[in-house]
Amino acid sequence: MKRFIGATAALALMLPGAAVAQDTIKVGILVALEGTFAAGGADGVRNVELALKKVGYMAGGKKIETVVAATDTTPATTTRQARKLIEQDKVDIILGPLSGSEGIAMRDYSKTVPDKTVINGISGALETTWVNPSPNFFRFNLDGSQWGSGLGAYVVNKKGWKRVATVSADYSFGYTNFLGFAVDFCKAGGEIAERLWVPLGSSDFAGVIAKLPDNVDAIYLGMGGTDSINFLNQYQQAGGKANLIGGTIMADSTVLSSKGKAKDALIGTPTSGPFAADNPAPEWQSYVKEYQDAFPADKRFPIPSLFGVGYHVATLAMISALNEVKGDLSDGQKKFHAALSKLKLQTPLGVVTLNENRQASGSVFITEVSDKGDGTLTNKMVGRVDNVTQTLGMTADAFRAMGLPSRTTPDCKALGGK
Amino acid sequence: MADVMPTTAPGKLILLERIPPPVWVIGLVLLVMPAFASNFVLYQIFGWSFILGMIALSLMVLAGYGGMVSLIQMTVGALAGYVVAILGTSGVTDISLGWPWWLHIPIAILIATLFGTLVGTLAVRTEGIYTIMITLAIAAAFFYFTRQNYGIFNGYTGFNNVIPPRLFGIDWRQSVPFYYLTLGCAALSYGAVVWMARTPFGLALQGVRDNPRRMSALGFSVTAHRIAAYAFASVIAAVGGILLVWQNAQVVPGTAGIPQVIDILVIAVVGGLRRPIGPFIGAIIYTVLSVFSSDILHAFGMSGERFKLVIGLGFLAVVFFSPDGVLGLWEKYKARRDENRDPLLGGGR
Repeated sequence: MKRFIGATAALALMLPGAAVAQDTIKVGILVALEGTFAAGGADGVRNVELALKKVGYMAGGKKIETVVAATDTTPATTTRQARKLIEQDKVDIILGPLSGSEGIAMRDYSKTVPDKTVINGISGALETTWVNPSPNFFRFNLDGSQWGSGLGAYVVNKKGWKRVATVSADYSFGYTNFLGFAVDFCKAGGEIAERLWVPLGSSDFAGVIAKLPDNVDAIYLGMGGTDSINFLNQYQQAGGKANLIGGTIMADSTVLSSKGKAKDALIGTPTSGPFAADNPAPEWQSYVKEYQDAFPADKRFPIPSLFGVGYHVATLAMISALNEVKGDLSDGQKKFHAALSKLKLQTPLGVVTLNENRQASGSVFITEVSDKGDGTLTNKMVGRVDNVTQTLGMTADAFRAMGLPSRTTPDCKALGGK
Repeated sequence: MADVMPTTAPGKLILLERIPPPVWVIGLVLLVMPAFASNFVLYQIFGWSFILGMIALSLMVLAGYGGMVSLIQMTVGALAGYVVAILGTSGVTDISLGWPWWLHIPIAILIATLFGTLVGTLAVRTEGIYTIMITLAIAAAFFYFTRQNYGIFNGYTGFNNVIPPRLFGIDWRQSVPFYYLTLGCAALSYGAVVWMARTPFGLALQGVRDNPRRMSALGFSVTAHRIAAYAFASVIAAVGGILLVWQNAQVVPGTAGIPQVIDILVIAVVGGLRRPIGPFIGAIIYTVLSVFSSDILHAFGMSGERFKLVIGLGFLAVVFFSPDGVLGLWEKYKARRDENRDPLLGGGR
């Protein structure tokens, strides 16, 4: 027993995290590889590798080394794995995390390691960079509410859907993504008849489906991953035929590439998000080609997933800023932090800049799910809104007054809706 | 040796002499650990192991001494953590009441103990698999309730920034103080369990485990002993739960999700359910595996995605080779070593 404890302790002490050479920069990839978003998380890792391979794992004249830390999307595991990356693996920079609550946990954790850097992977909670933002937490992707922006006006003006019921995931990203849609939708004069919330990772949606009202023009669905597929399956079995509006991760490629008929219910569904698969812009097209060439078809999605794009952009930001400071991470990484804040980053999604909260402003793409003719589904781009800011075009005060995303925010009437 | 001592010798000394040398060595190693272990190992590996070990220890008390496999222990711990977050301070200022530590910590332990005792009262009327089912059902209900309840438990988001009070000017979340805090609590719990097992109550409890009918014929109340065991175990689980919440600085429904509830059972079984040290051994194996499994995969040139496979295989191996957990392996080894000795003169066991 004594010997056993000794051996275990010795094992724990010997494992990675010894000395790091001066000419190497260690990067931790903090990503969900278990649970609802496991498939998307794996795509995140692929995309970090893709970006690094392109520069030969060199940035700012230094060699880049990566360590993957797997989470299960719970904030506790995320903080634990982040501590492991910083304290045990001695990384300088963390790329990640993936989901909303993890992002908030990392904002708080990053404050305790001010001389390191966290570049968000794809987590989209508004609070992460809006409430007590951390000086060394940078987010080059739009947040969940920005992703929803533009969709509301689109469904009211182009589709003529003015009265909707909503079903969204009952957690911070669900609220935030819904808020972006609702702000726009209500401003355009829409009406939200009923707001329903389902727990993340549910498998039984029968109760919610039964509660959906009939007299609405469309149903907004704000779920993702396996939840989307489960919901659509049960919705079809229950005979549902209403028009659907998708939240950002409702019709992501992880859902559209799933097996079975469930996804067919999504045909014609408008969604919005940080990218469009068929975006004709050359920077996007060349990125997709690189992605497809880099991995065999059975080891990747047809096109990069939302999660993959997020981690890719984060890696690009890290590489650009490292090049700018010539790999100088001394003095508590101050120069690196300043370079990140001032980046005018060319990404596959267009130019991204950061605001004073180190939150990105950029483009939102509006897409519709369509059948490619051979039974596979794809998102067709139908619109693009550029330069969406953190406050969705409102003044900071007006945005603050609206309240943080929750089950009841925003108040549709206060925004001019019904 | 104790019997040749003068009768005036203090009882304490006799007790100390009874502690076998290996325990002294382990104790000493644990005490000086901060001198040579990194902060990460102290805080994340040992801190976490002691905490999980305490919660698994509370299960060991029930399963090992009482013959009742309860899956509610993690939930009792999480409830204590929730009460600390709600009555004390947290990042959710709308809900947290900000009471001082000397008030909210005892209340948290009290409430969690009451809850555990209540669940015990329900569960002791069942046997075997039904005890597992009823406690699992209550644990699942607690998980879904906290996830849906926003008024008190703040739903999916839970509470963040739940940190230990700054007692004696020490930041208890720093690696070394936290290590000693968890070590101290774990040692106290361990001592309490060892002591309890030798009290008349502990002996009666083990009697109830082995033959409830005979015990009840002898005049012992089977139900009362079992409920008291739940109450005793709940105190340990509650303290462990509070430490866990302090370590993570947060409590969320997932703190006592179904996987976490099962993990406690796995830890206790892997370590060994027959002795109080078992859960701590199981907890160390669990934390080392869950922190380093993806590195192990990488070391063999595989991608880290399958890290759960390593954890699962590790546990499977232990349970396969020794149904009594790691402790059982040790005892097998010892038994084989002792085989060659003279049964009358060799001392051995």
